[in-house]
Amino acid sequence: MAFELSQETLDTIDKVIPRYPQRQSALMMILHAIQKEQGYLSLEAQEWVAERLEIAPIKVREVVTFYPFYREKPVGKHYIRVCRTLSCALNGSYKICDRLCQELDTKPGEISPDGKATVEFAECLASCGTAPVVMVDDDMYENLTEDDIVELARRIREEEIK
Amino acid sequence: MATLHIDGKTYEADPSKNLLEAALSAGLDLPYFCWHPALGSVGACRQCAVRQYRDENDKNGQIVMACMVPVTDGARISIADPEATEFRSSVVEWLMTNHPHDCPVCDEGGECHLQDMTVMTGHCSRSFRFKKRTFENQYLGPFLNHEMNRCIQCYRCVRFYNDYAGGHDLGAFASHNHVYFGRHEEGVLESEFSGNLAEVCPTGVFTDKTLKGHYSRKWDMQSAPSICNHCSVGCNTIASSRYGAVRRILNRYHHDINGYFLCDRGRYGYEHGNHPDRPSRPRLRSTKQSGLEPETTEVLAAIGSFLNEARGIAAIGSPRASLESNYALQALAGREAFSIGIAEASSAVLDALVAALREAPGGPASVRDIEHSDAVFVLGEDPSNTAPRIALALRQSVRQVSIKHAAAHRIPRWHDRAVRDLAQGRKGPLHSAWPAQTRLDEISKSAFCESPNAIAKLGFAVAQCIGEDSSSSSSADSPLQKQAKAIAADLLEAEQPLVVTGTALESEAIIDAARAVVSALAKAGKSTVRLAGIAAEANSIGAHLLQGQALESIVAKVMNGECDTLIVAENDLYRRLPHATVDALLDKLSKLIVIDCIPSSLTRHADAFLPAATIAESDGSLINCEGRGQRFFQALSPKENLHATWDWVGRIQVECQRSDTNPWPDLDTILAKMAADCPELAGIREAAPGAGFRIHNQKIPRSPRRFSGRTSILAHESVHEPKPPEDKDAAMSFSMEGSALQPPAALVSHYWSPGWNSAQALNKFQEEVGGPNRGGPPGLRLFPGGQNGRPHGSPSTESAATPDQLLAIPLYQVFGSDELSNHSAAVRERSEPLAFSLSAKTADRLGLADGDSLSLRIGEQKLTATVRLDPVMSENLIGIPVGLSDTPVTYLPLPAQANVCE
Ligand code: SF4
Ligand code: SF4
Ligand code: FES
Ligand code: FES
Repeated sequence: MAFELSQETLDTIDKVIPRYPQRQSALMMILHAIQKEQGYLSLEAQEWVAERLEIAPIKVREVVTFYPFYREKPVGKHYIRVCRTLSCALNGSYKICDRLCQELDTKPGEISPDGKATVEFAECLASCGTAPVVMVDDDMYENLTEDDIVELARRIREEEIK
Repeated sequence: MATLHIDGKTYEADPSKNLLEAALSAGLDLPYFCWHPALGSVGACRQCAVRQYRDENDKNGQIVMACMVPVTDGARISIADPEATEFRSSVVEWLMTNHPHDCPVCDEGGECHLQDMTVMTGHCSRSFRFKKRTFENQYLGPFLNHEMNRCIQCYRCVRFYNDYAGGHDLGAFASHNHVYFGRHEEGVLESEFSGNLAEVCPTGVFTDKTLKGHYSRKWDMQSAPSICNHCSVGCNTIASSRYGAVRRILNRYHHDINGYFLCDRGRYGYEHGNHPDRPSRPRLRSTKQSGLEPETTEVLAAIGSFLNEARGIAAIGSPRASLESNYALQALAGREAFSIGIAEASSAVLDALVAALREAPGGPASVRDIEHSDAVFVLGEDPSNTAPRIALALRQSVRQVSIKHAAAHRIPRWHDRAVRDLAQGRKGPLHSAWPAQTRLDEISKSAFCESPNAIAKLGFAVAQCIGEDSSSSSSADSPLQKQAKAIAADLLEAEQPLVVTGTALESEAIIDAARAVVSALAKAGKSTVRLAGIAAEANSIGAHLLQGQALESIVAKVMNGECDTLIVAENDLYRRLPHATVDALLDKLSKLIVIDCIPSSLTRHADAFLPAATIAESDGSLINCEGRGQRFFQALSPKENLHATWDWVGRIQVECQRSDTNPWPDLDTILAKMAADCPELAGIREAAPGAGFRIHNQKIPRSPRRFSGRTSILAHESVHEPKPPEDKDAAMSFSMEGSALQPPAALVSHYWSPGWNSAQALNKFQEEVGGPNRGGPPGLRLFPGGQNGRPHGSPSTESAATPDQLLAIPLYQVFGSDELSNHSAAVRERSEPLAFSLSAKTADRLGLADGDSLSLRIGEQKLTATVRLDPVMSENLIGIPVGLSDTPVTYLPLPAQANVCE
């Protein structure tokens, strides 16, 4: 199956490339655009980008794997990042992750059986003062207790969070 | 020189170095990971921490990374400082949090820099209670294993592979403690220098895959200094063996040649000696039918009677055989009836090259000289495929401008990242002239892709521009002239210009053109100009100095009945002459005697066959393309029936009653005879100490002091430990007995020093870290340079090709064009099938597309292969890879006119 993108994403890509003096500088913007459409960046997608930017695929993969916000595997409907860096870890992020997985009937890094969520650890989400924190897609949930987690999981299961 | 105070003692130190280098050069032990003498410093691992004090009154000082601080006069540091010591130990501790604790099953175990550094820092107990991170490994091809769990993120691998060797397919992925070094997808690591990762990586991530196939610990192998015989560069190697077979090749540091690195052909070509079809018993055609294996004495006796009954004897040696073996054959057959086994045309080109090397100002350039050149003109060579180590040196030469630029900003050259960042990818001028695309094109300022004659013309034009100092271009210039002027201008502007040429295109005119450029530069006041030459095979130059006859004249002697018995050693004539010629020769011969270490098309026709020892199983000398005579020694005493060619020929002399005893009972005797017969080769005796050399009356051991001792492997034959074989040829023992002191560089068989079990013990074998071998780099240069011999040439005129004719030119493959390494399974796996290279335009004209099949007629021979489009090749040229094993036609007299068959 050939790699295909929507016209909208293609248009975005065409728009960002000329913004930079060197084509390859558009790499991260393009990756975001594709991830937005497809949910993740497959090797195929990376090779396609490499060709567009006239660089080796290895250069693309170095970038994709370096930043935790790029993903190489498909995820559930909601992508949940549990911070595990110092402040959050001290305030119980490992417990939070366990509980969240239990409530969603899944394991870290996997798509839950109902397809609604993927839970993963992340490094510092820059909200250490309100540790522990969790990010659901683009929204931050702070100062979490176990009860908050149970409630958050319920809202995800019952699709109260869009 | 600067004065350096380390822990209260005073040392002399070179101010162009950093503190780590100075401490190591002073013989002190200071641990490190990311710094590498050839790759410089990046300060990434924090392992080399020391305390530095401002002056004698400063009692506090501060912790600094020794590899990132330049030596300054009067600097004071402490390695023993408790805080620095603890710092270094905690660096290892945190690296160990993710490192598996299973050295006993790791290939690196026992020669691991991480083990050594761990012991050196004193870290010995762990407090980390969590899960270690784990990775999936990748398949990386036939040369290297990959075990990513062992990685300590020193970044040496990518710095060597990409920054130093110009590779493109090894990357650093992810971040935090998930950093992963590998390819973007599983697959063969493409660079022809990938094998160096096994030595560059301080842990067991990258290890030698061929060694794994027959693994042995470093301390259980017997090793000897050897020379790579897979091209003319003559890189120094350590060949290691166990139980009668070579197990691996390691780099042996030679300050002026290979430095720290080998190419993969040289590292993995050794398995031609382990080839399953290797002929390892003497054979007679007469006993073949009966199926009986004749005794060695029987075969020798038969050869004796062949020679005694012969009407005339001729001998053919080989440019891949040692000097001694060639000389022995010459002594047997006489000067008139001896050839080194190359065709007249090749011989003439080689003669031109040797003349050019003799004439070269300051003598031929060494690999090190190449590395230090700041403008290069490569004329008619494709070093990436014909002399890979030179290509690696050329990749460093283009960095000279940035190193100088950095020096002007007071950034020392060891400060690797800073030098590279400042350069922003700027490269010095490398101009190359070769008919097809090369891997050096990506770093070349210009690539001239034309026919051999046009290349010679360009060379002469450059020489003329330099002579006339007419480097300013005018609009009336032809494209060739414009290019010539640009090249001339770059060479004239350089501090150390270099011209590289060689025999690859079989063109005397190209070599004469290179000479002309060099002498024009010298005349123009560039006294620093150097010339580097590349020859076809490991001992092309050495064999040439014996002044044999051309191969054709030996053929003529047989055809006209003057000779009817022929001895051929280490030479497959089907690779040297047209098939029909060899067939006719064999028909006419009454007896053919073949000596070789690999199966070849010729061995099948032999009336008598003697199995030769490989380079790792024998002693002898080779002369490399720099005119340096070098000695190689046995890494193992070979099986009963294997001998060096020169030894076999000595035994034959006895059989045909020319001599009562073997005239060459040992290496020193044949060296002495050769020196007396060929005064020019007299110096070769000095290339390494003779067999009588001793240190305090003791020989040099081939086994390291950590040798395990006896095993039960031979217990079914005898429970007594067999006596180690005697070595009459070298000052080395086949055991761990002998002197514990460091031998002269030419006799170094392994790198080890207390506390340093990995190859990095090499630090202790150099005058200073990264500097000359202790006691001077081994070998002896035979050409001092400046000897004028050959009249100046001029470009020859091209016989114009008719429109339907193509000019076929020889192309080379690093894995595939060398006969010996083709018999090594791993190298064989990397060689590509025969394909014709041509430009899209030519293909178009012939109605062909990439991947189509094409048949060509060249002279009498017809050849069919697929078409591969070459983006830079000029029209009417067609490139044919030479030397490949799997082709029906193993010899083509290229360049030649080729006709397309319908
Ligand atoms: S693979 Fe080896 S060389 Fe590369 S970073 Fe890891 S330990 Fe260092
Ligand atoms: S460059 Fe030549 S001599 Fe050196 S290792 Fe490679 S094949 Fe051997
Ligand atoms: S440690 Fe969790 S947000 Fe910084
Ligand atoms: S060796 Fe100095 S920081 Fe790595």
